[in-house]
Amino acid sequence: MKKFALQDHDLVPAHILLSPEESEEMLKSYGVDSAQLPKIHVTDPVVKEIGGKVGDVVKIIRKSYTSGESVFYRLVID
Amino acid sequence: MSVVKIITADTYDDDGFPIEMGLMDPRLGVIDPGLRCRSCGGRPGECPGHFGHIDLIAPVIHVGFAKLIRKILRGICKDCSRLMLLENEKRMYLEQIETLVRLGQTTDDIVNKVFGEARKHKVCPYCGSPQLEIKFERPLAYVEDGHKLTPADIRDRFEKVPDDDIKVMGMNPDTARPEWMLLTVLPVPPVTMRPSITLESGQRSEDDLTHKLVDIIRINQRFQENREAGAPQLIIEDLWELLQYHITTFLDNTVSGVPPARHRSGRPLKTLSQRLKGKEGRFRGSLSGKRVNFSARTVISPDPNLSINEVGVPMEIAMELSVPLVVNSRNIEVMRDFVRRGSDKHPGVNYVTRADGRRVKITDRNCEEVAEQLELGWKIDRQLMDGDIVLFNRQPSLHRMSIMSHKVIVMPYKTFRLNPAVCPPYNADFDGDEMNMHVPQTEEARAEAEILMRVQENILSPRFGGPIIGGIHDYVTGNFLLTHGDRRINRLEVMEIFKKLPHLELPDPRGYGEDGEPYWTGKQMFSLTLPKGLNLDFKASFCKNCDQCKKKECDDDAYIVIRDGEIESGTIDAAAVGAFKGKITDRVIKEYGPTVGAGFIDGMTQMAIRGIMLAGFSFGIDDEDIPKEAVDQIQDVLNSARENVTKLIEAYEAGELEPLPGRTLDETLEMRIMQTLGKARDSTGTIAGRYLGLDNSGVVMAVSGARGSMLNLTQMAACVGQQSVRGERIRRGYEGRTLPHFRRGDLGAEAHGFVQSSYKGGLNPTEFFFHAIGGREGLVDTAIRTSQSGYLQRRLINALQDLEVQYDGTVKETRGIIVQFNYGEDGVDASKRDYASPENVHRIVQRVLRKEGA
Repeated sequence: MKKFALQDHDLVPAHILLSPEESEEMLKSYGVDSAQLPKIHVTDPVVKEIGGKVGDVVKIIRKSYTSGESVFYRLVID
Repeated sequence: MSVVKIITADTYDDDGFPIEMGLMDPRLGVIDPGLRCRSCGGRPGECPGHFGHIDLIAPVIHVGFAKLIRKILRGICKDCSRLMLLENEKRMYLEQIETLVRLGQTTDDIVNKVFGEARKHKVCPYCGSPQLEIKFERPLAYVEDGHKLTPADIRDRFEKVPDDDIKVMGMNPDTARPEWMLLTVLPVPPVTMRPSITLESGQRSEDDLTHKLVDIIRINQRFQENREAGAPQLIIEDLWELLQYHITTFLDNTVSGVPPARHRSGRPLKTLSQRLKGKEGRFRGSLSGKRVNFSARTVISPDPNLSINEVGVPMEIAMELSVPLVVNSRNIEVMRDFVRRGSDKHPGVNYVTRADGRRVKITDRNCEEVAEQLELGWKIDRQLMDGDIVLFNRQPSLHRMSIMSHKVIVMPYKTFRLNPAVCPPYNADFDGDEMNMHVPQTEEARAEAEILMRVQENILSPRFGGPIIGGIHDYVTGNFLLTHGDRRINRLEVMEIFKKLPHLELPDPRGYGEDGEPYWTGKQMFSLTLPKGLNLDFKASFCKNCDQCKKKECDDDAYIVIRDGEIESGTIDAAAVGAFKGKITDRVIKEYGPTVGAGFIDGMTQMAIRGIMLAGFSFGIDDEDIPKEAVDQIQDVLNSARENVTKLIEAYEAGELEPLPGRTLDETLEMRIMQTLGKARDSTGTIAGRYLGLDNSGVVMAVSGARGSMLNLTQMAACVGQQSVRGERIRRGYEGRTLPHFRRGDLGAEAHGFVQSSYKGGLNPTEFFFHAIGGREGLVDTAIRTSQSGYLQRRLINALQDLEVQYDGTVKETRGIIVQFNYGEDGVDASKRDYASPENVHRIVQRVLRKEGA
């Protein structure tokens, strides 16, 4: 079976792994702690692909019907 | 838990004091004023009540657990009481249950599987004793091999079940053992939850629960006496069953198969489960929904003279409801005047609260005296008066516009009055609708109501960003009649139209008539309600969407051009000022704010009412008349349609009909027939429409968008058309035909629900019947739709009610967990946006250019 990168697929939005500094900054700007972010499993295929570990924060840029592009952040959990 | 053992069925002695160890024992709590609780020392109202108990002579089944008892009985061995599963099975199931419990999920499915598997064993895997079939006889009997198991037998078996087996059955042996499902002690609820009432005659009337408890104690005593006296087994069994009956009905009086226990009067008793269940039960009736003070409810009726921000409140209601006001150094004299007026003269005062918290009811006799005593810091409950802010609500409260705040106008008579323009957000009409009113009691509540909830702040709906409030029915018709074409209005009529409007500087007359009298036009009149500087172009709702739009030169006067608050061309209709549509309302609010917007709606509605009264407007049966030649033409169309249908059927029967792609021959025929008849109905409509012009009031209503459609009119005047069930012609019936009036297998138009008569001309009996079939489907559909969408909405609201948009634009729930990083992903309030269309850029450019030019 042919292997392919998930993120190349049209329906998979861009997932970007944030560095600890970046995620710290993001959390500060929203005034929340990481537990209050939406979650994503470490076993999620995209997380595996970008090499996310538990405790990391993933930035997701989705296509949005209302605003063109919208940014979400999700905390990687096990 | 129990504070006293209850042994006697008596309640009060001859002096009216509660009997000890009786059902009203003073240790169970107090309800009589002046006494103190013997358990906690509290007075009535302070003491929450305390439970007692009755020792039952023999165990009794708890009805609520009848089904579970059956399952356990079948799953455990009759001799050794072990759950009849192999050890490894037990271990496996226990593991699954523990996982589910840890995840906080229900264990019902696994537990049912456990019982299902255990039941399959015909021989106990542990002691090897053969198992007998246990039959469950409704309501409460378990028969094993033709021999009835007594509750005592069942209890004996359950007591022997080992703890480890109980865990596999999904129970926790520390908190719930199976034998506890058979009662040996009955808790006696505290008197505070079953108070007795002293009637005017001095007679005591006991609560239903007390009655039931009396029954239980009596039977329990008789049972004991008989057993001690060594009565025959038969009598013992009878009494046991009777005790079971009383305890069953005490817990639940609606068990099927058990006759409900009745009061002496024949009324079924309201026992424990009835108190909790249903709409009027404790949960839905007393906890989720409560009745509140400072509220009123009555029938609503229209009053177009009110502003949309106002509500007419009947004098009777205004004198009952009140607003609390604190007396201070600045208002003390005004407050004195209010108090001096008493409570019988509006606007008076109902109560005065002194600084120490004592309340004085104001009457004719003490009002002067209290007014003189009035001091700073006292509170008065002033009756509702003009200008007070109140919340107004109509159920079902499906969106936030279902509760809006209005300014009070106190009025005579007994109904709430509101401007018909605010009917759409409440979805109200005046066929007997009732509405509720609430009076906010604190300064904060009043401020919030006035700033956030006022009608004018809610004209733009957050659902689609357009105005939900606007002209309906006659308002639309009135504007249409006034502004269509170049209607001339003389000085007298101008005065008539504007006598209720505030501002006014009459513009120069548009021209002078042959007699030299000045005249104005309806468009000029309407322009007076528009704010200066408004510029707007749009198409009316009756615009025909021609290929080449002539704009200002439109033949139908359907292109509206507004420059600097003056209508230059076009007719005002539903698209301009109507509820849900109103382009002008929308523009005015977005450019000038809600206050000007509300002012526009008030002025527009006032003027429309005058406009329609000036023109005169009515609709009657002869407005549906069409001339004879039209009737003949319609008949021709219908005849030829019928011929075409016959031809189609002949072609079908001769096998010459070509099936459409993807359709069977039968489906093709049906579609072709439907098509032919549909076209026929449409062309009859067109014919009738040709003879119904703007001189017809029905057409005026349909064209302006006030009410009804051209289809409604042509159905009345020309032809009703095909009746359908589920989008198909009517086919149901017996023996291959819809009605006995037709031949079997008839595929013709009449035989399947085509109504060629008009409503005015009248339907023949078969047409009438088909019409009833089609009409019924519509009714059923709406009934189902409302209930389904209501439930759907309830679920959505339950899921989303705690979400909140924060000041930084994020959407969070109560724990602060982020749901959306930016509300709606774009952070836009739908009711504040302006459609984000390129048109806006043009408008801004034009506005800037105009300013430059000036």
